[in-house]
Amino acid sequence: MLNYIIRRVFQSVLVLLVVGLVAFSMFRFVGDPIDNMLGQERTQADIERLRTQLGLDQPFPVQYLKFLEGAAQGNFGVSYRQGRPVAEIIAERAPATLELAAVSGFFAIFFGIVLGVFTAIRRDGWASNVIMTVSLIGVSLPTFLIGILLIYIFSVELDMLPSFGRGEVVDLGGWTTGFLTASGLKALILPSITLGLYQMTLIMRLVRAEMLEVLRQDYINFARARGLSERVVNFRHALKNTLVPVITVTGLQLGSIIAFAIITETVFQWPGVGLLFINAIQFVDIPVMAAYLMLISVMFVGINLAVDLLYVAIDPRLRSEGGTV
Amino acid sequence: MTDAPVPRRRTLAPRLTAFWQSDLAWSFRRSPVAMVSLIVVSILTVSAVFAPLIAPHDPFNPATLNLMNGFTAPMTPNAFTGESFWLGTDDQGRDVFSTILYGMRISLFVGFSAVLFAMVLGITLGLVAGYVGGWTETIIMRVADVQLTFPAILVAMLIFGIAKGFTPVEYRDQMAIWVLILAIGLSDWVQFARVVRGATLVEKGKEYVQAAQLIGRSSPAIMLRHILPNVLSPVLVIATISLALAIIAEATLSFLGVGAPPTQPSLGTLIRIGQGFLFSGEWWILFFPACTLLALALSVNLLGDWLRDALNPKLR
Repeated sequence: MLNYIIRRVFQSVLVLLVVGLVAFSMFRFVGDPIDNMLGQERTQADIERLRTQLGLDQPFPVQYLKFLEGAAQGNFGVSYRQGRPVAEIIAERAPATLELAAVSGFFAIFFGIVLGVFTAIRRDGWASNVIMTVSLIGVSLPTFLIGILLIYIFSVELDMLPSFGRGEVVDLGGWTTGFLTASGLKALILPSITLGLYQMTLIMRLVRAEMLEVLRQDYINFARARGLSERVVNFRHALKNTLVPVITVTGLQLGSIIAFAIITETVFQWPGVGLLFINAIQFVDIPVMAAYLMLISVMFVGINLAVDLLYVAIDPRLRSEGGTV
Repeated sequence: MTDAPVPRRRTLAPRLTAFWQSDLAWSFRRSPVAMVSLIVVSILTVSAVFAPLIAPHDPFNPATLNLMNGFTAPMTPNAFTGESFWLGTDDQGRDVFSTILYGMRISLFVGFSAVLFAMVLGITLGLVAGYVGGWTETIIMRVADVQLTFPAILVAMLIFGIAKGFTPVEYRDQMAIWVLILAIGLSDWVQFARVVRGATLVEKGKEYVQAAQLIGRSSPAIMLRHILPNVLSPVLVIATISLALAIIAEATLSFLGVGAPPTQPSLGTLIRIGQGFLFSGEWWILFFPACTLLALALSVNLLGDWLRDALNPKLR
């Protein structure tokens, strides 16, 4: 088992090193960093000084190590476009994305489980059929079209909710939050639904499938035979046992929410990290792209490692075969 | 007309009959969804291919554009020029119907090319991984596993960004379509490689492969001539579903402004442009491209679903 864990951690580190190499190559070979940082009026002495200062006169592996050292400390250089440290910009934008992701994650889990249980218990009812059909359409619609559709209904036609931005935000010492103002909360509704809808249908279908499986088991029949109420049988006995796979999938989907936030943030002009990344691609702002690449990789690799290690902890079969995996 | 022999027909007719009587065609005839999907896909593809012949206007020729025609509503004559357009015009007086036809061309071209690229890459790596084994296999499949943990659209965005960075500034707009194909293709090869590797591992142990090895055929020949034809049917299913995904991925990237450039707008770019007029009431600039994209993606997807069920021996 220890063998497996060590190999898994080693793999993750290797992946991050490769991603780091890609990010570093972007820095080093896309355009000339000196060109990007110095203006038109520069002397040869300026160029030489900056070259030494940035360490560009050193051999490639040394530069790569220095880059990794900086990245590990959260130092990704200065944005070509905004002229400010990338870490600062990302720290400023992160609360917007994290709040959006948290709300849509909550929305997806809550409604996913509720609707999943509902459609499993009333599996032949007309309401269940409607929900299942709508969810099928929801899955096949591209995220950005869902966002536009919601804007059209709730902002253009009904004029109830804002179509862009975060509304008023309150600054809590470096963390800006939209939770504390009415306009901030209103602005969260449409983007969170857009972002969470896909994950919600996923969780809903999973819960439904698991529930249908569990409801056929003997212990459910026994629980009914003992005269327990339907509610106790459904929620205390059945739902509890469906939650293990749901938690795993939800964990793995966490990274997807952050990734798909890029699309939602662009549709709603939400001032988060995803919109920053898209703008960075449009203007080829390499330091921002490299930083985002590193951040998202650390997150994905971390989540996957955590889920894999959790499996080992939960599933004893993996433990005994661990050495040979 | 006459009894003059038509050489091609002699070989084609029995083949067509054989195809018509095959299991696949039988299952196709029994599935109305598949038939409708195929009709929709065919109509859209044909009209995209022949866009220059069908389109009433050339949206990219500034000489034929009249700014006075801007914002003409569908089916109503323009207040200034009296001209009428089926699906209306956008802010620059471009006929929306024509831009959709040309946009669909770009969307379908990128979709097909990206899937083709992903397919060739995935099949090659899958065959090699499955047939050669050892370290080669470990490396290929590890890379595939790692890539699979990232959502495909994110991978495509990252590759697009990196490739764009490496392209010289003056070529960026010209190269955007090819960079897009590269990005979507590279984000999608894993599915092909995994399936082909799995099927190759099964086929490798069969007697016909051993026979080919015994008579001394080279490894590439065995992989391409003997194993490949036997692993193709799952590849076909994945290719169809990938096509739907690639079309949506292309639309998403272009919508985000990191795909097809405004000079060569795809359906996604058109939707991006249309979103700007959502509040001012010119709904048709957004609505028709969005519907076209949906019809295209949905019918390809349904076709893929049908194909998967039809080729799955377990469901027969």
